[in-house]
Amino acid sequence: MSATTLQMLLDELGYDEKTVGTALNQEFVRAKDRAETRLREGDAVEIVTPRQGG
Amino acid sequence: MTDPVTLYDVALSSRLLLGTARYPSPAILAESIRASGCEIVTVSLRREAGGARAGEAFWSLIRDVGARVLPNTAGCRTAKEAIATAQMAREVFATDWIKLEVIGEEDTLQPDVFGLVDAARALSDDGFKVFPYTTDDLVVAEKLLDAGCRVLMPWAAPIGSGRGVNDAFALRALRAHFPETPLIVDAGLGAPSHAALVMEMGYDAVLLNTAVSRAGDPVLMARAFALAIEAGRAGFRAQPMTPRDMAEPSTPLIGRPFDRLA
Repeated sequence: MSATTLQMLLDELGYDEKTVGTALNQEFVRAKDRAETRLREGDAVEIVTPRQGG
Repeated sequence: MTDPVTLYDVALSSRLLLGTARYPSPAILAESIRASGCEIVTVSLRREAGGARAGEAFWSLIRDVGARVLPNTAGCRTAKEAIATAQMAREVFATDWIKLEVIGEEDTLQPDVFGLVDAARALSDDGFKVFPYTTDDLVVAEKLLDAGCRVLMPWAAPIGSGRGVNDAFALRALRAHFPETPLIVDAGLGAPSHAALVMEMGYDAVLLNTAVSRAGDPVLMARAFALAIEAGRAGFRAQPMTPRDMAEPSTPLIGRPFDRLA
């Protein structure tokens, strides 16, 4: 991974940004903040998409 | 709309909320939703490998069905996880409704009611309309209402167990204690008769998933539950008779043939 921001990571991994939610270290990151959200060694990134649920 | 149920200022004619998980196929899911007549379906957020399109395909199917979505925080074990999941769900699904689950125990999937109340307060303060999955505990219910919830969703039995109502007394007490709050039985029902029972108790609605999705014929079961919920609701409104310990003849005794005056 060469991404330095959350947005770059999403692009690198091939996500459609309209249908994903993101969190960094268990804190929600809004779609509009992804480009400014810098990633550091050891960060826990969550990328989620709609799924079946009860 | 006759006899609607109002959840956070939204009036609904169907009193069935349906989960979307564990159906044999997407087509059967869509057909079950239609057969149930439900207007709200629950959905979730999960990790997916980049480039995969399962989430997008599912979301497209749900939008085509046209039901309102109620995202959940299923699987969250802390208030912090649940809050972040709810915030992601609000953005992805474009709704401020959230079915709040904070799980405290793995065998029963019993809610961690302490984390639940904390998360409910934080999310309500942040503008969410919270549907808390809770136990039948009166004190917890009170605290959830204090935290800003305007709907409560007590369990009947553990999630996915299909046991039906584990503690009818507790559910009746909850209903009696909160006559004005919309109460939705969420989790543990297995058969349409279970749903009819809680509706006869005066519950406002029922949330189902496994009972429909794991039935031999989910579409038919969705319809069966819809009918049971409608019947139970009508039974409640019609005010059932009071049970008696002794028999009482239903046919008048006056004029009975072969009757001999003493």
